[in-house]
Formats: sequence, C-alpha cells, structure tokens
Amino acid sequence: MTVLPIGSLAGAQASYEWPEDGFTKIPNWVYSDPDIYRKELEVFYYGDTWHYVGLTCEVPEIGSFRRSTIGERPVILVRHADDEFSVLENRCAHKGAQLCWENTGKVEDFTCPYHQWNYSLKGDLQGVPFLRGALGKGGMPRDFKKSEHGLKSLRIHNEGGAIWATFSDDAPSFEDYCGPDILAEVRHMLPGKPIELLGYTRQLIPSNWKTYLENLKDPYHATLLHSFYITFGLWRADNKSKCVPQERGHSVMVSHNEGKKTSDATSEMKRFRDDLEVLDKETITPRQEFNKKRVGGGWIFPSAYMGIQANTLKMRHLIPRGPNMHELVFTHYGFTDDDAELRRLRLKHANLLGPAGFVSMDDSEMLSQLQHGVGAYPHETSIVEMGGKEIEETDYMVSEVLIRSFYKFYREAMGL
Amino acid sequence: MTALTSTARETKPLDMPKAELRALRSDVRDYYEDYGQHLDDGDLEAWVKYFTEDCHYRVISRENHKLGLPIGLIYCMNKNMVRDRVTALRETTVAQPRVIRHFISGVRINSIAENGDISAQGNFLISECLADGEPEITAAGQYQDVLVRDGDGFLFKYRDCIVDNYRIKTSIIIPL
Repeated sequence: MTVLPIGSLAGAQASYEWPEDGFTKIPNWVYSDPDIYRKELEVFYYGDTWHYVGLTCEVPEIGSFRRSTIGERPVILVRHADDEFSVLENRCAHKGAQLCWENTGKVEDFTCPYHQWNYSLKGDLQGVPFLRGALGKGGMPRDFKKSEHGLKSLRIHNEGGAIWATFSDDAPSFEDYCGPDILAEVRHMLPGKPIELLGYTRQLIPSNWKTYLENLKDPYHATLLHSFYITFGLWRADNKSKCVPQERGHSVMVSHNEGKKTSDATSEMKRFRDDLEVLDKETITPRQEFNKKRVGGGWIFPSAYMGIQANTLKMRHLIPRGPNMHELVFTHYGFTDDDAELRRLRLKHANLLGPAGFVSMDDSEMLSQLQHGVGAYPHETSIVEMGGKEIEETDYMVSEVLIRSFYKFYREAMGL
Repeated sequence: MTALTSTARETKPLDMPKAELRALRSDVRDYYEDYGQHLDDGDLEAWVKYFTEDCHYRVISRENHKLGLPIGLIYCMNKNMVRDRVTALRETTVAQPRVIRHFISGVRINSIAENGDISAQGNFLISECLADGEPEITAAGQYQDVLVRDGDGFLFKYRDCIVDNYRIKTSIIIPL
C-alpha cells in the first residue's frame, strides 16, 4: 500500500514535529491538516483495519441491499444467499460511476445506469451491452475478460448479526484485530440473539473525526458537561468506572448507573442540579437487562463504537468527511424478544442521544466550538494529563488515559 | 430502480360545505403559524400548551418514516415528555446562541374522523442563524398531524415532523 508523503498538499503544516516526546501533548494540526487527514484515511480506513458496515437484519432477504460508507468510500452491503453477504465497492468497474443510488432496496442484480454493465449480487460482471458490437462493428476487444472486471468485493466478517469489512488482504482476522477485551464488548452487545432494527439518526458535525473518537475516550468531560447525565446518575464521576486502554486504537470505557444521588463529588460537578426533576420518570429510569446497570462500551477503532446507555442499544458509526467534518450514524436496535415495555424504553431513551439528544446536543455543539479553536491555532497544543502521564488501566473516571493511549498508538501508526 | 415514484396518498373529498372547509383550513393555518411563531420567539412554555396530555410528538427522518422504523430524533410519548424537553433545554443543554424561523406552507385538511379528530398536514422550512453566522436552512419537511378541537381552538393529539434531511447539521436544539 502506498501512503502519500506528508507535506505534499497545499495548506499543509511546514513541519510535523510533535511538541515533545510522548503522548500527553497533542499538536492542534492533527485536527485540521489536509495531508495528515489523507494519510489517516489510507492508514486507518483503507489499511489493515476492520470497519462496521451494517446489520444483517437491514438486508433481510436475498437481494436486499443497503448503502454504507467506509472512510469516505461508498460501499454496498447485500445479502446474496440465505446467510451469505457481500460488501461491494459502490463503483462501476467500467467508468467508476456510483452504481447503487438508493439507500436501501431489493434487486436481482446490479445494473449501472450509465452503460448498463450488469453485476451479480456477489459483484461478478455478468453482462456488457454490445460486447460484440453492433452491425458487426465495435465491441470489446477479444481479450476482454468479464471475470477480471467485477465489482471489488471486500473481506467480510459476520459477528452476531453485524457485518464488518476490510479493504486489506493483510489485515488479521476480525477476532485478532479486536483482541479479547474488545471482542467481549462486541459479543456483549450482539450475543447472536435475533435483532430488531429500530431506526437511524444521522448527523454531520463540523469537526475532525478524532474529536468524536476522543470524546468517547473521555469520561472526564461527561461528568462535567452533561448536566442531564450527572443529575440523573446516568454517568458521573462518583460511580464505579473503568478505563481500559487497548492495542490498535481500541478502548473500553464503562461505568455503572446508580440513579440520582448526592455525594462529596457533587460539589465539583457544578452542573449537578439537585433541584431538577423530570415528570416522565421512565425517561431517566433504565430497566435492568443483560448489562446489569453496566453502561458504556468499546471503540472498535477507527469507525465503530458499541455500547449501551440506559436501555438504548446502538451501533455508532463514525465517518470522516474531510479534515473539518465528520458524520455520525447511530443504528438503534433491540431484540426480537423485547416486551412492549422494553421496546418503549429503548425508543424513549433514544431521546438522550443523537442530534437532538439531551446529552448529545451538548457534544455536537461543543465539538464544533473545539474545531474553531484548534483549526485556527494549528501551531498550538492541547494537554491530556488528567489522571497522570501514564497509559495504565484505571478504575476511576476522572482520567484522560484512553486519549493518551490512543496518541501513543497514533504516533507509531502515522510515523509522527 | 431509479424511476420517479409518486408519494401522493389517496384522498376522498371532504364531505363538508365549501365555506365551512375554507374557514376550518384558515383556522388550522393560523394555528400552525402561531405555533411556529412561539418557537421562533423561544417561548418554549407556550409551545407546550399546543398538546393534549396523551399527545404524541415526534421529529423523525424521512428515511425512518419511509422504512416504518420508529426511532425519532425527538420522541415525546405524552405531554410530560414535552414539558421535560423544555426543562432540559432551559436548565441543562449547552448550545450556541441562535435565531430560528419557521416558514410554514401548504396547510391542508386531509380528513375528519367520526369523533371529530382532524387529520391535517403542512410543510415546514426552518432557517437557523448562529450568533456569528448567516441563516442556513437546517430542516425542511412535512407535519402530519391529528388535531382535536379545544373550545374555539385546537390541540395536537399527534404531530409527526418528518424531516427530509438525510443528516442533521450539527444539532436540533429548538423543536420543529
């Protein structure tokens, strides 16, 4: 795989020197530099990494397809046999036009509207109009082989009803890529029970993709910024918590939901509101289920976060959209054996998250402000020393250990 | 797979004298516009008063609506949840200051049930202007509603705000 040399694009930093040896200071140019962004796409998105594409329940029948995205590349998830799936590049092998124009649907095969090249559900080229020309003239050369011009089909892995894919032939298996802790988080959220799709939320946030990655490696902010979480005990510093750094950019961040309470720590949480009550108690009262009050989850670096908050189960899919923009897709699901109350709670608790979520609203607004600051001052640095300078696992929340651990990995992977 | 399809729904002509229908449509249009004005003014407490106790208020993407998927961007299953959203916005939400405007059009009565419930619809277009920016269209879509009569006026028993946006830009702070 070739990687663009850093510094080859206009607008790039003059020098890419890390502020000091280590990972407790982050240069702001990592959040806005176009060359850094290009290299990140190649290393982290199109390199030896695995990516979430979709759920098998989104493509319920043979021929059902759904569009998805890996990095900035459009792909198609399609069910081509009873329990077999393909992830295909959404790009005609002829001229490169996007082949599939609908977000979801059901087809017998794929035909590019441009010159009607036709592909099977597995991406094999089946038909080329005028292959032998017309009126005895034209046509493709005799040595043109349809077998060499199919849609590129990615390596895939089905884990409990979620399809993962990689562009790389060299990436380790999905299990090895995750490692035991992350695989346990993935299987905790998708234990192989039949799942019911509940719907999507999608948003575009004007900040670098890593600001969102870091936001879910940062329990410190959640216990200060999010009044709604703190006040109702859904996520706060004095709850039992754990930050577990992982290899390859992954991380596990979990806590326990202990309800509304006052403790020594509440005085530090200026946004704790003892006077605040909601009228609809179900909104802030999760029913105990398989997670036993354990909330949070894990990053499957770089593009997926799986976890539970209250009774919402969702796949968070992170899509980079240029150095200064990222897209978030939350796919909400439940299990087909959920009773009516649990299903209602899943829908109600979705009010916490997404573009209008009681909690996520704060994040989207905050991250867009963050980008204004770091984007305009690329030569400055930020500091991530809360909880020390080390990268060991912690059993408390007020720590930036997961961000430090990420930047240790990042520097090595990016050669910075 | 790329042919244009119609989204028109089958409608029966309303069994109602023309003048009466015209008056009802005009009243409903006024009601929609007043609703939008309260939100544009930031008067969220006035917004709450537009709903019945057993209301359904949801902001849902066209994608979810089309696929029959229930997840909302905002999903209030009763009026207490509408009140709670106002509490959250007033007391806990961190958001950039902004001005929004509702542009409402195409208000029409679709049907009137035997119990008097009025099914109606309208289009909305919402612009948003941040403190240091210019107005941008943040959402466009359609209200699909059921109204009940309340004295001289109405209340929303059911309001789905179906946003055409595939993705929401940054956030939806003020309800639609």
